[in-house]
Amino acid sequence: MLKLGGKIIRIHAVDVDKTITLAKVSTSRNLPEVLRREMTYMVSDNQIPQGFAHYLLVEKHRYLVDALPLDSDFSILPDDYSYIGDGDVIRLSADRQSIRVLFRASSPHNSILVTEQCNHYCLMCSQPPKAADDSWILDEIESLIPLIPKDTRELVFTGGEPTTSRERFLNIISLTKSYLPRTAIHILSNGRSFKDPVFAERYAQIELPDAMIGIPVYSDDPTLHDYIVQAQGAFDETIQGILNLKRLGQKVEIRVVIHKLSIQRLPELCEFIARNLLFVDHVALMGLEMMGFTRANLDELWIDPFEYKDILSKSVGILAKYGMHISVYNHQLCLVNSDIYPYYRKSISDWKNEYATECEVCTRKSDCGGFFSSGIKHGYSKSLMPFC
Amino acid sequence: MSKFQKLEFYAQQQTYELLPFKFDRLNDDEYVITNMAGEFHVIPAPMLEPIISKTFALSPELIATLRSKQFIRFTNEQAPLQLLALKIRTRLSRLAQFTNLHIFVVTLRCDHSCPYCQVSRQSESKGEFDMTTEMADKSLDFVFRSPNPAIKIEFQGGEPLLNFEMVKYVVLEAKKRNLKEGRDLRFVIATTLSLLTDDMLDFCKQHNIVLSSSLDGPMDLHNANRPRPGRDSHQRFEEGLKKARAALGYDQVSALMTTTDKSLPRAREIIDEYLRLGFDGIFLRTLSPYGFAIKTKKFMSYDTERWLEFYKEGLEYIIELNKSGIRFVEQYSAIVLTKMLTSGDPGFVDLMNPAGAGIAAIVFNYDGSVYASDESRMLAEMGDHTFRLGSILEHSYEEIILSDQLLDALENSFTLSAPMCSDCAFEPYCGAEPVYHHAIHKDVVARKPESAFCKRNMSIFKHLIELMGSDEQTKRIFMGWANRC
Repeated sequence: MLKLGGKIIRIHAVDVDKTITLAKVSTSRNLPEVLRREMTYMVSDNQIPQGFAHYLLVEKHRYLVDALPLDSDFSILPDDYSYIGDGDVIRLSADRQSIRVLFRASSPHNSILVTEQCNHYCLMCSQPPKAADDSWILDEIESLIPLIPKDTRELVFTGGEPTTSRERFLNIISLTKSYLPRTAIHILSNGRSFKDPVFAERYAQIELPDAMIGIPVYSDDPTLHDYIVQAQGAFDETIQGILNLKRLGQKVEIRVVIHKLSIQRLPELCEFIARNLLFVDHVALMGLEMMGFTRANLDELWIDPFEYKDILSKSVGILAKYGMHISVYNHQLCLVNSDIYPYYRKSISDWKNEYATECEVCTRKSDCGGFFSSGIKHGYSKSLMPFC
Repeated sequence: MSKFQKLEFYAQQQTYELLPFKFDRLNDDEYVITNMAGEFHVIPAPMLEPIISKTFALSPELIATLRSKQFIRFTNEQAPLQLLALKIRTRLSRLAQFTNLHIFVVTLRCDHSCPYCQVSRQSESKGEFDMTTEMADKSLDFVFRSPNPAIKIEFQGGEPLLNFEMVKYVVLEAKKRNLKEGRDLRFVIATTLSLLTDDMLDFCKQHNIVLSSSLDGPMDLHNANRPRPGRDSHQRFEEGLKKARAALGYDQVSALMTTTDKSLPRAREIIDEYLRLGFDGIFLRTLSPYGFAIKTKKFMSYDTERWLEFYKEGLEYIIELNKSGIRFVEQYSAIVLTKMLTSGDPGFVDLMNPAGAGIAAIVFNYDGSVYASDESRMLAEMGDHTFRLGSILEHSYEEIILSDQLLDALENSFTLSAPMCSDCAFEPYCGAEPVYHHAIHKDVVARKPESAFCKRNMSIFKHLIELMGSDEQTKRIFMGWANRC
């Protein structure tokens, strides 16, 4: 698991009034001087170019401090951050105590947390919502977007519920279109805001060239869905949101997290989707992440994927018969039937992707998506059957 | 106290509201309920009354299913209404497109003399039973008046290959006009393949013309049904099929069967013949009551019950084939299943409401008459001109499409207002069929208990629903069929 944020060891600032918040990292010694003034240089050896706004060193390179240009601002980071590379964007906190890696240019899985506020309180939320005003995040994103490399393939906006502050959400999406016109945008929303036709229309009018909104539907039974997301009337609003978005020609993905509650009616849900929402662009059936609230509600949520593999096959079979575009995410190859293979995706973001000790002997490990780090830490199927 | 609420907190406290649905007895123990969008659910007979009167606390599972299929909703819920409206709109969307299928009867002449045939003449004389270029031109004027962005022109006969010059004329002329029109223009020739030449195939290949042929079963059955000089109909079909597939593409040649009394004991053999010849489906058809079939009383020689046995036996065998891994479709069932399991409309003229006559398909006859359907012109050959909408040489598009013959038939047969149809649970899967009912009962609606069309289709609908209820694997196979058309 990659460490994306935490305390830094030491920061040295020549000019304490000069607050560095967001910084784009370069590893290029040959960067034109004019570009260096806005950028941070990641030190890897004693050939250190002059003129960067800030320098980063991991602890093992601490001895290179002496090789830094005179009067340089620099930060020393734990060795965990050795992975920071060219084009990455980091945040150094105002108090100069911590760092957060906001964007990794080398990763295909960059997601931007828009807010921690949410009108859901899902039993299995991996990112438990907070009520506090966190609009500073929105300010930061507005500064971050122009720093992201223009050749970025995909960017995810997540939360919380990213549309919580509707005006600012639209502004960020609009800004993204302006600065990253060639980037595929994936927005993880519960869809309820789009129940408002005016808001849906305004989103559509931005005309992102390649965007998909991923919206969770956990059951065809409104009561069960509302219970899972802990919000009364959520199902009704989410469905209306999906209909509005599709009416406006926007791409929508339905995301189903599979656990002991949602598995109860998963085939019925798939029939419901095929029958009522055939026009959605993608259906993702996803394994449970052992993070956040999941661990508090484990008894109610945990089911060994081995136990539901036939139900999963049946459910995917229904969607497939209707010609829907399907993916199965966050599952281990040995815990799904072979009829799932055409839809099986290695989906877990690189920074939180691990394998179990049982997997060491497996011959198909490289085909397998493995586990969330949280799964390795907090519990996974006892039924792993390594291929050999 | 946990910061999470319990499931009960989210359950509805007030009673539900009924959304529109209809019901019918499926068998001794069960009812089926259906709604306009085609959703259905089978319930134990004693549950029907309590669901409607709300006098009994339903299980959470049943409540969930009834909500999921939009049979009930709770106050203030909007999604169920929006979904129902959307599905019904989707189902009816083809109406706005108007006529797609345009049938050109280029000749009545035929080399076959099938006893059940509807419309054929054994004549050497070219003039008498052939379409003229003037008629073809006028018919094409009419075709391109249709607002439909997709236009299919189907050549029928007789045997259209006996007037292939006219086929060529219409294809070339239609394509010429389509340079400006820009429609999705397709052509089909309905032919026995017996007279197919390499030159004809070259032409078909050049213009992407699809062939729709006839195969009644094994050689002896096929040849008995379809006499021609030399008694070689089956052999010519098989040779033609091979040539046509090689030239046009394996899936560019389809076959339709006609059922006769001789077919009834031989369901499996007929299906095996389709399998042997590499088809991936069969249409188990009823015998048409039109044309010579009525006159020769051929269609009376077996009743609906017997045909249903034949159909069920064939279907059972086809399901077995699918379970053993051979993908093979019974096409009539597939049409019905599309209506049961999707919001799509397969566009099958017999099972449309309003009826497909005239507005989904229209026929330009060899003599310049315009008919509301293929069956209408067959009826006319027997002297009943009820569904003759006019003459292509004398009448305008408006006069024909707005003729009383057509509008009255459509309106009077509309199933959502026809007695016994309007409250039938199977209405969403069925169709109006004014021409059939007029032909047999001299009334476009007729008394449904006396209608073989009604009896046959009701039995099929119930049978398909029961099959899906009794076996998961069959349901899965049916889902595949439903999504093919």
